[in-house]
Amino acid sequence: MRLPAAIAKRLGYALVLLFAVLVLNFTLLYLAPGDAAETIAGEAGGASPEMLAKIRRDYGLDLPFFDQLYLYLFKVIQGDFGHSFYFDQPVTTVIFENLAPTLLLVISSLLIAISFGTFLGVFAARRPNGLLSQIITVLALLGYALPVFWTGIMLVILFASMIPLFPTSGMDSGPLGASGFGYIWEVLHHLALPVLTLSTIYLAFYSRLSRASMMDVLGADYIRTARAKGLNERVVIFKHALRNAVLPVVTFAGLQFGALFSGAVLVETVFSWPGLGTLAFDSILRRDTPTLLGILFFSALIVIIANLLTDLAYRLVDPRIKSAAKA
Amino acid sequence: MNTPPPAVPAEEPVVIEVERPWREAWRMFRQNTAAVAGLVTLTLIVLVTVLGPFVYPVDPFAPTGPLLLPPGEQGFLLGTDQQGRDLVVGLLYGSQSTLMVGAAAAAITITIGILFGALAGFYRGWVEEVLMRITEFFQVLPPLLLAMVVVLLFSPSIYSISIAIGVVSWTSTARLVRAEFLRLRELDFVKAERAIGARNARIIWTIILPNAAPPLIVSAALSVGVAILFEAGLAFLQLSDPNVMSWGYLISVNRPQILEAWWPVTFPGLAIFITVLSVSLIGDGLNDAFNPKLRQR
Repeated sequence: MRLPAAIAKRLGYALVLLFAVLVLNFTLLYLAPGDAAETIAGEAGGASPEMLAKIRRDYGLDLPFFDQLYLYLFKVIQGDFGHSFYFDQPVTTVIFENLAPTLLLVISSLLIAISFGTFLGVFAARRPNGLLSQIITVLALLGYALPVFWTGIMLVILFASMIPLFPTSGMDSGPLGASGFGYIWEVLHHLALPVLTLSTIYLAFYSRLSRASMMDVLGADYIRTARAKGLNERVVIFKHALRNAVLPVVTFAGLQFGALFSGAVLVETVFSWPGLGTLAFDSILRRDTPTLLGILFFSALIVIIANLLTDLAYRLVDPRIKSAAKA
Repeated sequence: MNTPPPAVPAEEPVVIEVERPWREAWRMFRQNTAAVAGLVTLTLIVLVTVLGPFVYPVDPFAPTGPLLLPPGEQGFLLGTDQQGRDLVVGLLYGSQSTLMVGAAAAAITITIGILFGALAGFYRGWVEEVLMRITEFFQVLPPLLLAMVVVLLFSPSIYSISIAIGVVSWTSTARLVRAEFLRLRELDFVKAERAIGARNARIIWTIILPNAAPPLIVSAALSVGVAILFEAGLAFLQLSDPNVMSWGYLISVNRPQILEAWWPVTFPGLAIFITVLSVSLIGDGLNDAFNPKLRQR
């Protein structure tokens, strides 16, 4: 399949997925027990009768299921994802204010996990029973079994009272903080612990993955050929083997984005990082359903975009994909 | 096989042949120290959970001592939390929610996963297309966020939490089962069943599925671990059954005081960690036992 046609097909499919997320959102809201108008209003000042009447009118809550769904989708197409009655602002406004910190946290965690993980995995693959391989096995076990929010809390205890090297809460030092480059430094300083917490889980995952993948590749004939013709071991590892071993890592980077978002919700809550995760937690406390549903939609949107980019990256890294039939 | 079989009593070798793979796996599992340690630990946790309330029948939510008492003081082995509750009681009763939700959610995960994977892998064609598109759809939604929405809308209870976790985490099981079915459906013993005219339902559930059991058991063990972590995460986000004590809940209510009191947050977290670690060690042990060739990895 040619590249543009393939991308167009992926884009069309992405739109279908987004549409499905909206239908799911609406169906969940529809099926929820209790008065839908009160669910939508949440705990915003006890929800006056006028407000409930307005919600009923806006959402057409007296209409049959499909009419309500149609009304909901029609509003979404106009960019109206509902109203957060807690903030008394459109949901989109509330979400966009919290989007950048989450993206910063998630993307830096992913990049750190992938780069360090691949690095560890590549070296471990050369000695399948060596010390580094053992360390990775233990790390993977810890990464799987440690509750990420608890690891975060332990780090907060450690760094807030014992070793005050890094701030344990928020994203900056408030209005009295620095500006310009000083501000960037401040944010990075605050980012350290959340990124450490979130990337540790995936670090183990990527080191295990790249180790297995690298071991596969190192057993291949073309590696033996490269070694036989007397190439430097470093060239063999980094130029011949790594390029092929990195493919599964790229695939999983896209697939893991959703899981990464889930981890971010917990990590942000622990470190009061002002992103979508903290907003989701606060929405639970306030019973702010429209905002929570909006967060679900926009995080699915980000996962879909991440998958599209992964797909694109994969096509660029592996030229075979263009000619190969769909797997 | 031209020579006639030697005159050996027929019943003896047949029985051994049938049982060998499972026995072999159990033998391999027993030799794996870490896996056995996991199994012993998990068994102990289950026993304590089941027997604890009979041996020590109290209300786990009722305060019984001073607030935030450090471990070891006034006879409170692990201290008390910010509401004066004995943490030993909290840990003892908190495992109920963890284990119940862990088991129920994993059961839902496995059931949906088998259903989707088996039908998609067996029938292929449009059935596979539809089921796999649904699987991809669920992979796009961040699992914890979807679980949060479901639990919030249907109000937190053991049931809503188990269902929410099960519904958000079945996709990898479905993919695994589908891959197994795609592999097994082409094998001779399945073709033989088809040739003698077996119904599809029989081929799917009694011929192919038992042969897909080994990887499925490993994946089930991992699902239990994931479900426990989800339950703890939801409880940490204050989405836990208000009538059932849970480790995640203890962490959640005691978090504001972590700088004055480390113990009410540390011990429940350790309990979650040890439980998931045991499950994970068992899973790894099963994996090695069923795939001895992969053990060098």
